[in-house]
Amino acid sequence: MIQVKNLIKLFGTKVAVDDVSFSVEKGEVLGFLGPNGAGKSTTMRMVTGYFRPTSGSVNLCGIDMLEEPELAKQRLGYLPENAPLYSDMTVASFLGFCAELRGLHGAQRTQAIDRVLDLCFLDSVRNQSVDTLSKGYRHRTCFAQSIIHDPDVLILDEPTDGLDPNQKHEVRSMIKRMGKDKAIIFSTHILEEVEAACSRAIIIDRGKVVADGTPESLKKLVPGANSLDEVFRSITKSDTAVKKAA
Amino acid sequence: MSNRAIQNTLAVFKREFMAYFNSPVFYVIVVIFLLATNGFTFFFSRLLDSDDVSLATRFFVWHPWIYTVLAPAVGMRLWSEEHRLGTIELLMTMPVSPWQAIVGKFLAASVIWLIALALTFPIVGTVAYLGDPDSGPIISGYVASYLYAMACLAVTSAISAFTRSQVVCFIISVAFCLVIALIGDPGLTQTVVNAVPNGMEGIVRFISYFSFMDHFFEMTKGIFVLRDVLYFVSVIVVALLVTDQGLRSKRA
Repeated sequence: MIQVKNLIKLFGTKVAVDDVSFSVEKGEVLGFLGPNGAGKSTTMRMVTGYFRPTSGSVNLCGIDMLEEPELAKQRLGYLPENAPLYSDMTVASFLGFCAELRGLHGAQRTQAIDRVLDLCFLDSVRNQSVDTLSKGYRHRTCFAQSIIHDPDVLILDEPTDGLDPNQKHEVRSMIKRMGKDKAIIFSTHILEEVEAACSRAIIIDRGKVVADGTPESLKKLVPGANSLDEVFRSITKSDTAVKKAA
Repeated sequence: MSNRAIQNTLAVFKREFMAYFNSPVFYVIVVIFLLATNGFTFFFSRLLDSDDVSLATRFFVWHPWIYTVLAPAVGMRLWSEEHRLGTIELLMTMPVSPWQAIVGKFLAASVIWLIALALTFPIVGTVAYLGDPDSGPIISGYVASYLYAMACLAVTSAISAFTRSQVVCFIISVAFCLVIALIGDPGLTQTVVNAVPNGMEGIVRFISYFSFMDHFFEMTKGIFVLRDVLYFVSVIVVALLVTDQGLRSKRA
């Protein structure tokens, strides 16, 4: 459902994403791992059509993102990093606005809002201004926006960032539940999350895919490693290590 | 334009329009605008002391200067706020074309000005009560005034597409609107013409032709010329095209 081929992104002369290719099928949950600044968010922004790739192609459900962006975007739900929201709106009016942009009007719109308010446990704050919400609620509101039209493809940039352990658990199980009939990509720094929710994981380091496989197969990549944590540390370089080498 | 495109534009318009009402900005600006227009008309132009009820030289004459400061205050949030909050990423990954969003937002700001301008109606009542004004110049004056405001808003929209800071957007927009108003000033043009070498006069006149002022005053005199309307419309279109470019460059 998601096909990414030879994606390259240059910012000036800096190579942010260097020839990344992968595909995600329906029913798969792909974990996106990598150190900060490795190109995870940039890749996701290209897959969602926010950034235009320097070269390469993105195909969602058979629709090319560069040729027919509006059609491709219709099939996609996206939770950007830091869960941005319009601060002057209430939760319900924000979700209503997103529903309208997704082409849901009238009774369909009301239904969609009620469904996601229920699904994301937002009923108690539905008429509260976004400005006054706690971080967990803000995050869930933005998450609700991404699933309001029940998309086939879901892209989540650090969906559990800044949540408390209960909320993290809830988001993880939600991702796992929805993963059965969608193609999902989510990025994270928390490696247990990958084991808990993903059917596959990709590790990106300095713009390149350095590992791609199930969480189990990734563990076997490094002999003697007991956890993904050790694998991650041995195949990616930290900023400080890069500096020492240079 | 397809049905879907209109619905998207309307959705953006509605959100943006409500945002003005949910913040104090709208109320503050409308009050300042009404105080300024009426204050200038009655206290500086001394409308009541003259035997002349023409609005052009006492009422509309102040509008460009008021818009220079107030239109950027209304328009500065259009795209800067999206950049600052990061909601631009949300908006641009929705199945909405940049143009639908640009037009929707611009229309919202324009309708805000329409409301503000409509609230100056007592002045028309005043001159109609005191005398017998010609309705032609009043109508064309209002059209000119509104077009001027929309041109300033479009310029602000273009500048706000490039920056995440509303303050930066405001200052640059005011400066830009001020320059484009001043270059048409006959006194200023004459001074510059006197200062530059002989052959350059044509260039100076040419630049001054781009000013909003000439077109604005032609229209407020009641000379409703298509050329002047087209001038403002083309300024708006160009500014919105620049907005589109600004958004593209931010998305690199």
